Formats: sequence, C-alpha cells, structure tokens
Amino acid sequence: MKKQMIGKLLMGMAGLGIALGAVTAHASPEGDRQELAKYYTSKYPNIKLEDYVYGALAFDADSKSQYDAIMEFPPFESEVEKGRKMWETPFKNGKTYASCLPNGGNQIAGNYPMFDEAKGKVVTLQDAINDCRTANGEEAYKLNDMKTMGVLTSYMRTLSNGMIMNIKVETPKAVAAYEAGKKTFYSRSGQLNFACASCHVQNGGNRLRSELISPAIGHAVHWPVFRGGDSLVTLQQRYDGCFKQVRAVPPPQGGTVMNNLEYFHSSLSNGLPLKASVFRK
Amino acid sequence: MAEPMRIRATMTGDVADVKVLMNHPMETGQRKDAKTGQLVPAHFIQEVTATVGGTTVLSANLGSGVSKNPYLGFKVKGPKAGDKVVVNWTDNKGDKNTAETTIA
Amino acid sequence: MNALRRNVLKGAAGASTVAIAVAAGLLKPTQAMAAWNAAAFDAKNVGGAMKGLGVSAPVDSKDIIIKAPDIAENGAVVPVEVTSNIAGTTSIAILAEKNGTPLVADFTLSGGALGFVSTRIKMGQTSLVRAVVKAGGKSYTAAKEVKVTIGGCGG
Repeated sequence: MKKQMIGKLLMGMAGLGIALGAVTAHASPEGDRQELAKYYTSKYPNIKLEDYVYGALAFDADSKSQYDAIMEFPPFESEVEKGRKMWETPFKNGKTYASCLPNGGNQIAGNYPMFDEAKGKVVTLQDAINDCRTANGEEAYKLNDMKTMGVLTSYMRTLSNGMIMNIKVETPKAVAAYEAGKKTFYSRSGQLNFACASCHVQNGGNRLRSELISPAIGHAVHWPVFRGGDSLVTLQQRYDGCFKQVRAVPPPQGGTVMNNLEYFHSSLSNGLPLKASVFRK
Repeated sequence: MAEPMRIRATMTGDVADVKVLMNHPMETGQRKDAKTGQLVPAHFIQEVTATVGGTTVLSANLGSGVSKNPYLGFKVKGPKAGDKVVVNWTDNKGDKNTAETTIA
Repeated sequence: MNALRRNVLKGAAGASTVAIAVAAGLLKPTQAMAAWNAAAFDAKNVGGAMKGLGVSAPVDSKDIIIKAPDIAENGAVVPVEVTSNIAGTTSIAILAEKNGTPLVADFTLSGGALGFVSTRIKMGQTSLVRAVVKAGGKSYTAAKEVKVTIGGCGG
C-alpha cells in the first residue's frame, strides 16, 4: 500500500511539472514557501504577493469589488458577535478562554498550527481551544460543528487580525509532520484523482469551468469564511469539502492527517497577515 | 426577538453618509426547510424609515428579494455632525425594530 | 376565556372594524397595513411591478448610474448601488427582472436625501437589474445586466 502511495505521489509530482524536491527528507519549509512564491510571482507579475490573501479575488476586479462592498458592513457581523459572547462567557468554574491561551488569545493565531513536542503532534488553534475547555471541566466542541467551534473561532480569530503568519517547523519531529502534510497536499486522491496541488499550485489563477482557482499561498490566513455572507466554514471544514469534491473519503477533522496538512498548508502563507471572518462566494 | 441593527453615519463635506445593517432572515416563502422539507414561511422587513435631525429622509418599501441581514446606504445633504439618525423597520409579521446614532 | 374572543369583545366597544378583524385573526396585520405596496411587490413580471409603482413608459436615462457586478459572486447577496443625477429625484426603485417577483425595493427620498441608494439583493438567475426613478412627476429608467452562475467550488 505504501509503495503504491509513493508511486502515485511521484507520478503526481511528475504530472505537476514543478521541481520542488518535495520527496527529500530534509526539506526547508521556508525554501518550499519561497519557491512557490517565486513560481507565482513570476507567473503573474502584476499581482503583488500581499494580495494573495484575497485568493481568487486577486485575479478578478469584479469579484474583489463585491468583496469590498460586502466587507464594508458585513451581513455576518451578528454571528461574529455571538462568537464574542461565547469567548467572553466564563466556564462553569469561573475561568475564561483568555486564562488558558497565550497572551489572553490576542495575536496568537499566526503561530498555529504548532508542533507540540510534549504531545508529539501538531496542535491547531481549535485543538488549543478544546484543550482549554476540557482543562476547565467543559466538553470539547466538535470541530465540524459550525454553530459552536465555528462561531467561537469566527470571533476569536479576529483577535489576531493583522498578525503575520508565523508557522515554525524547527525540530526533527516537526519537520516529519510538515513533510507528512506536504505529502498529503501533493498526493492525488479520490475518484477524480486530484491532489490539492493539482488545483492550488498548478492551476492557481486559472479557471476550472466558471470558477477561478485560488493559489495555495495566501490560503490559510483568511479563515473562517462566511460563504455568501452567511454560511460559516472553517479551514478544516473546507479541507473536508475539498476531499469530498475530488470524491475521496475525507480524513477526520482534528486527526493527524488533517492537522499535518494544515501545518504544511499554513506555513505556505508565512509572512502574510491574518484576517478572520471574511466574505467568500 | 430581533437583534439590534447597526447604523454608521459620517460626514463627508456637507453630505451625511449613512449605512445601516439590519438583522433579519428575509425569508421569501419559497425556501424549503432542509430538515422538514416544508416551505419556510415568508418573513421579511417590509418598511424602513429613517430620520435625520427629526426630518424624514428615507421611507422605503422592501420585498423579500432584499438579501438576508439587509444593508442600506443613503446620503443626505444638510445635516451636521452630532445630528441624530433614527431608523425604524417593520416586518410582515408586525415585528418592529428601532435604532439611533449620531452623525460622527 | 379565549384571548382572541376577549379582544374582539373589547374591540366591539369602540374600535374600528379593521382592528377587531385583526384581533380576531381574521385579517393578518400585513393585510391591514396600507403602507406596503403589495400590488407592486407581489407582481410576477416587470409590467405588473411598474403598474403597481404607478409608472408607465419610463424614459431611458443615462443620468441613472447602476453600480452592480458583471458576474455575481453569490446570487444571494448582490451589492447594487443606484445613483440618480436627475434633479428632483423623489424615489428610486430596484427590480431584478427575472426574479419571481421582480420588484426588490422602492425608496422614497425626502428632506435633503440625495438620489442615491445602496443595498444588497437576491437574484435567482442572470437578469437585468433595473432602476426606476421618479423625479418632477416623471419617471426614468436604466438597467444593467448581472450574470448569476450556479456552482462555485466552495465547500
């Protein structure tokens, strides 16, 4: 099975035609990011790297102008307000989320996911929030429940608005997790046999039927999103959707595969500013 | 039941720029409830009025074709910073909501 | 005692028949309100909506500027701005011609309000977004096509 996967991976890599040296064990995450950034900025010289945070909108003025119009006074403000109430309400024991999280939860989202050496695995911001809940006698939220974890993070992540994405991959175990995430990103899967990279590396800026594809750089900074100004989607919920769209069985949210994927995927957006709770189509 | 609406009012030169975000489902009556399969009854804001410094400036009829959580923007010449803006709405069930702010 | 019946009995003492009928649940509050222009809003075509608005043969005008996208990101929330540079504009109505009920909103302006409205509308399909402006007792119109696509990658 493993041989098949590696074989598939190599075929997938060849098909992508991008020399990233991805299969080496001692990759440099910053090197990967820079190569991808260079690939895009040379392919699209008129688009500034900082505009990649707008994803597909950076490639289409008509779309971007609708985003601007809606973001001026977003219809989902009241949902984010609900998130604020959730964030500020103490647990039954009187403690608050701010008491668990570094810096009271302010300007921290850009550090997540991070590799927790003690736990030996990647920890996302949502995991940290759930750890806080269980440490204080509350039940963990289901990661795919937009009404709880979704709404809470729709506010909580805004406390990190403007923070520069700063994913650190520094220890051997962290590198292994990063590499595992990269492998997932570049592996074809599902009935449609697409890798994340098939669309978001090879075809960022191109159209898939009527849809403009967003490049992987700039992806991870702008979550959760409110689709149509109304329907809340978190990043791993979006990964879930992507797996389903290529007709693969999605791995469980918060599990090793999803978390390693988010770890790798987020590091591609290092250097870009975060902005939570934004409009998307 | 209705969540508070938000109003932003600023002066640009001698024109007051007013932006209102209302909270309302704006159901058309054509949508089927995903769980029950039944049509969700029409429920939408029908009338909106706005006054600035006590003078009516806007009297609007809305239909269910206005997006959920309606946004309205309008401009008024003549008011000054500090003048009060009051917005009222009524929906097809007779529910009402009001909010006010002063022009910044 | 049934609350409605109590209301009706109370109303009978001196209230209007409309009030009694509303209290008795015979007339829904929406039907009793004269202000909302049901004839215009319930019309299933542009002609009917215009008739409901009291508009016939509005003149095409380049002084009405519609700012709306060429292709809507999401048909549920299409930002539309109408600016009327016609002197003495008293009302601006917005229609989405192919919506089941085309009339979306009708804004009456007074007390120094400029000929400008901005809102977000629902569009069921590609159609002309039409603005109808009343000014100086006459009516004017302009329209812009907004494309609406089905789909989107977003999961």
